[in-house]
Order: sequence, then C-alpha cells, then structure tokens
Amino acid sequence: MAEFKTAPADAPLGVKLLTWVDNRFPASQLFKDHMSEYYAPKNFNFWYIFGSLSLLVLVIQIVTGIFLVMHYKPDAALAFASVEYIMRDVPWGWLVRYMHSTGASAFFIVVYLHMFRGLLYGSYRKPRELVWIFGCAIFLCLMAEAFMGYLLPWGQMSYWGAQVIVNLFSAIPFIGPDLALLIRGDYVVGDATLNRFFSFHVIAVPLVLLGLVVAHIIALHEVGSNNPDGVEIKAKKDAQGRPLDGIPFHPYYSVHDIFGVGVFLMAFSAIVFFAPEFGGYFLEFNNFIPADPLKTPLHIAPVWYFTPFYSMLRAITSEMMYALIACVLAGAALGALKARLAAPLKGAIVVAALVVVAAMLSIDAKFWGVVVMGGAVIILFALPWLDHCPVKSIRYRPDWHKWVYVVFVINFVILAYLGVQPPSPIGERVSQVGTLYYFGFFLLMPWWSKLGQCKPVPDRVTFSAH
Amino acid sequence: MSDQQVDSGKRTWLITTGCAGAVGAGFAAVPFVSSFQPSERARAAGAAVEVDIGALKPGEKMTVEWRGKPVWIVRRTPEQLAALPKIDPQLADPKSERKPGELTPEYARNEARSIKPEVLVVVGICTHLGCSPSDKFQSGAQPSLPDDWAGGFLCPCHGSTFDMAGRVFKNKPAPDNLEVPPHMYLSDTRLIIGEDKKA
Repeated sequence: MAEFKTAPADAPLGVKLLTWVDNRFPASQLFKDHMSEYYAPKNFNFWYIFGSLSLLVLVIQIVTGIFLVMHYKPDAALAFASVEYIMRDVPWGWLVRYMHSTGASAFFIVVYLHMFRGLLYGSYRKPRELVWIFGCAIFLCLMAEAFMGYLLPWGQMSYWGAQVIVNLFSAIPFIGPDLALLIRGDYVVGDATLNRFFSFHVIAVPLVLLGLVVAHIIALHEVGSNNPDGVEIKAKKDAQGRPLDGIPFHPYYSVHDIFGVGVFLMAFSAIVFFAPEFGGYFLEFNNFIPADPLKTPLHIAPVWYFTPFYSMLRAITSEMMYALIACVLAGAALGALKARLAAPLKGAIVVAALVVVAAMLSIDAKFWGVVVMGGAVIILFALPWLDHCPVKSIRYRPDWHKWVYVVFVINFVILAYLGVQPPSPIGERVSQVGTLYYFGFFLLMPWWSKLGQCKPVPDRVTFSAH
Repeated sequence: MSDQQVDSGKRTWLITTGCAGAVGAGFAAVPFVSSFQPSERARAAGAAVEVDIGALKPGEKMTVEWRGKPVWIVRRTPEQLAALPKIDPQLADPKSERKPGELTPEYARNEARSIKPEVLVVVGICTHLGCSPSDKFQSGAQPSLPDDWAGGFLCPCHGSTFDMAGRVFKNKPAPDNLEVPPHMYLSDTRLIIGEDKKA
C-alpha cells in the first residue's frame, strides 16, 4: 500500500478532496499512467486517429443502444413494428436509431482503417503481439455483435441473413446440424432466435467487448505505442527515464485527437442527417419489408462490412476445391523439400497434408467455404508470427512490398464489391483468384517478407517540428 | 514462505476441493446450455399440414408452411417432365442416391422425385445455407443462368440451381437436392405434408 499522504492545511478544497481519494483509490496514478505520463511517439500521423475514433464510436453505440432498448420489443410478432414506432412516434427516436445504424458501419470503417495502420507500420510485431491479438478478438466480437444486431429489426434481410449465417454452422461434419439447432433454438430462425440474439447483442457480447478493449489498452500502454517509423522510442531515454521521442498523451494527443473527432463527427452527422441508408449500403432496402419465412428476397447480400468474407465463402465451389487441393499439396511439397526442419517433422507435414486432402475430397465444398470464411478472419491472429521482415514499418521495406500491400487492398475492395453483387460466372472466377491472393498474402508472408533489400532504419523517429 | 514446510495433506485437500468445484461448475453449465435447445412449444409446433391442390394448374406453384419452412407444390407441364431425363448428365445426384433417408423418401426416388409424376412436393429451402430459391420456370438464356436453361429454381444467395424436380446442378455451392418432405395423398386432390404411410 502506498504511503498515506496529507494535504497542507491551507490547500484548496479540490486538492484536499483529491488527496482524500488518492489515499483510497489510485485516481491520480491511473491518470498519470494512462494519460499525462503515458509517452507516445511524437511522429504520429493521420493513421493514428482511428484508435481514438473507434473508442468514440463504441461510446456512441452503447449510449444510443441503451435508449433504443427502452422502446424496442424483442418479439417476432412485434419487433418490426417497434422499430417503425421508434422511427415515427418516439420523439427524436429516428435520430437515435440512425446514429446507431450509421455507428455500426462507422465502427467497421474506423476499425478496418485502424487494422490497416497496424499492417502498414508493423504494429503487431514483437513486443506488441498481444495488443494485436486482443485487437483481432475485438474485431471478431464486433462481427458477432453486428451480425446479431442486424437480426433485431426483423426485416427480410435480417431474417434471411441470419438464416444463411446460422446454417453455416450446420455445414460442420457430425455436430453441425445440432449446433445450428442449438443456436436457433427452433427448426428455423424464429422468435426464440430473435430473443437470444437480443440478449447476446445487448448484454453478453458488449460485456466481452468492453473487457477486451480494456485489455487492448492495458497491453498497449504496457509496451508503448508503435509509430510510422517502427522505431522503439523506449530505446533512447533522457535522464528522467522518459523516451526522448515521446510526448505525454495528455495534453498533446488528447487535444490533437479532438480535432480528428471534430472532422469525424462532421462526416458522421452528414450521413446521419442526409444519407442514413447510404444508398442501401448501411441500411439495406429489403430490410424495410417485414421478415417473411416463406420468401427469400431475390437478391440477398450481407451488409458491406461482411462482403469480402462473404465473397470468399461463395468462391469455394467443388471446382475451386481442386485448386485448393493443389495448393495444399504444393505447400506440403515445399515444406518437405525446402523448410529447415527435422526429417520426422517433414514426414508429419506430408502426412497432415494427405489427411487434409482426403478430408477435402470427402467433405462437401460447403463446409470448406465456411472454413475459408472463418479462416480469413482467424488468420489475422497469426500475423505477428507470419511476418519475418527485418524491419517493421513499410517506410523501410523494399519498394515492391508497397505494391504487394496495394494489391492486397485493391483485392479486398474487389472482394467486398463482388460480395454485394448477385452471383455471376465471371464474378465467381474473380473472387476465386481474390481468395487465393488473400490467403497467399498471409500464408506466403514468411517467405516473401524476407525477400528484398530493406532500407536503413534511423535510430530516432523522423520528425519535423510543426 | 520458503523456510516453511509444505503441508502436503492440506495441499491434497485443496486440489481435491478445487477439482470437485470444477466438476460442479461443469454440471451447473448443463441447464444453461440445455436452455439453448428448442423449447417444448417449438417441438410441438411440427404438426402435419393438409392442402387442397385441386385448383393448381399445370406450370403453377403454390407454397404452404410446414414447420416454419416453405413447402412448394408444383404441377409440372408434360414438356417440363419430358425435359427431366435429358439434363441428368448436368446434375450432381440425378438418381437421388445421397442421404436417401433424409432427403428423398422411398416413394419419391424416381426421375420426377414425386408420387404422381406431375406433382412435385419439395421443401423450398436451399441445401446450401437455407435460403429459399426463386422460380425460374421460363426456359432459355437469362441473367445468372446458363443459356440452355430448361426451367427450374435459382437460389439468389449463392447461385445454386435446381431443375424442375428439385435436383441440384453440378459444381454449385449447394451439395444436395432439395428435400422432399414426407407426404401422401388423402384423395386425388388432397395432400397431407408431414406424414406418410410409414408413420
């Protein structure tokens, strides 16, 4: 326990009160550790706003969510009408609901950009692996939260989207059908499903999400922030032990981020007030039709933020399985011939590959589509161990690495676009190539990230006073 | 701590009670997980449905709800029936041999997958991920379909196609033919879905 402090007798009332609190709860210490004496690199750029913004959007979602629950009815017979009631009859209810629906899309925009920043500057590299892993877990929770929240308005897209995603689980051999039944709580998506998704969306997942956000920030503040140069600022400290290239988060970045928040809120409000449906991308038009279990809308697509993964799911047809089998065999051959491993390990690789190929031949393409879609998210967790580049930041990587990243981003956008479109033969081929590139980018990273001549990394961050 | 003797008796009891507590927690999880299962009310809702198909004209489809799922009844035209054997080579399971007990009852294991050749009764849920396919009875080239399309169903979600007997085409996301529910005729035009003579 810390030593008991006493404020001078003539101190102002505020100081006395703070001293009283500090003797019982580390308020000042927490503020120092995480704000006024948390040293962040001074060379942060545009890309570093998205962490703060995702925290802001989280708060918007929680606050608007609390108010929506006051009027919403989680009942298959009442849900659709209660959402329309919020939109038409509850004073300002339309605004709260549009803030929540726009907030969902905004959350994914800022989180995708936040993750891309990490990818650019190697923020997942040692010693920040756990920061990255907590972040990936947050992304996974966010996907679950968005998916379950989307069922609640009980429109056609809500209903059929949930039907498709829950049925994904039934593709798992042996336990699948029972698992899907356990998730739905009925033989088709129905009232039981709506009620439990409401419970998860409103209580369970947000609790986990908040815990993970706290873990993400604690882990970050333990190791310190990375920066666009990928230089460890803790390596060079002044006499007081403060990093030479660090500045206190508060007031420097807290004030700096308020500017970013202002710009973000302008864009956010513009969407909320002028284009809340965003041309059918943020709120799909078919979702303004009440759920009809007997009729699937002619074209169903998930909301935009899921479409890259949805494209990969659609790309896995029985024809594509042969391409995947070829990839597994080629990977095993490469591992057996080139990897510097002991002979028994190589044998194990070959045996494992043969088992996987046998499974690929005997289980439906549908199951592998699910595996690919899940794998596309899960593979992000492994990123810290896939990247073997000697430098962290894209700034000092070989120039052609930038093109690999450019193609990765374009590919991701194309996959997202195809996921919104109705299925077509040409789209199917393109999404198959896109899927191979997406996985190739990650799975071949241990190889390609080592190639090429890196540029010298400076000792200190590059910064010009402004 | 290090200068104290480990009380091994106390340690054994600590481990034992810890394990007993873990087992108890495991048992306590059972009611919670079980509550995810369909309720008794949901189980009871699976009753059979009776339909009159007297007014259904050739080339028309009607939909009835059974266990919350759409069941289609299609009276096929003679041309549609005649086209069925011709597309066999393009189908993944033309003879309905896969999962026969689950997907195709004994009495529907024929070319038309039906009791009466012209009347098709299938669950209108795609075997891929549970969307309800749309009618594409018109033959010929059209968006998302091959140019030699002979009529059938197209799933809007992932592009699986089925012929006029609910049989899935090859190399599509859907692995299986549409399910033929248990059904039987009570009279010439009255059909009961959810029950057959076996039951």
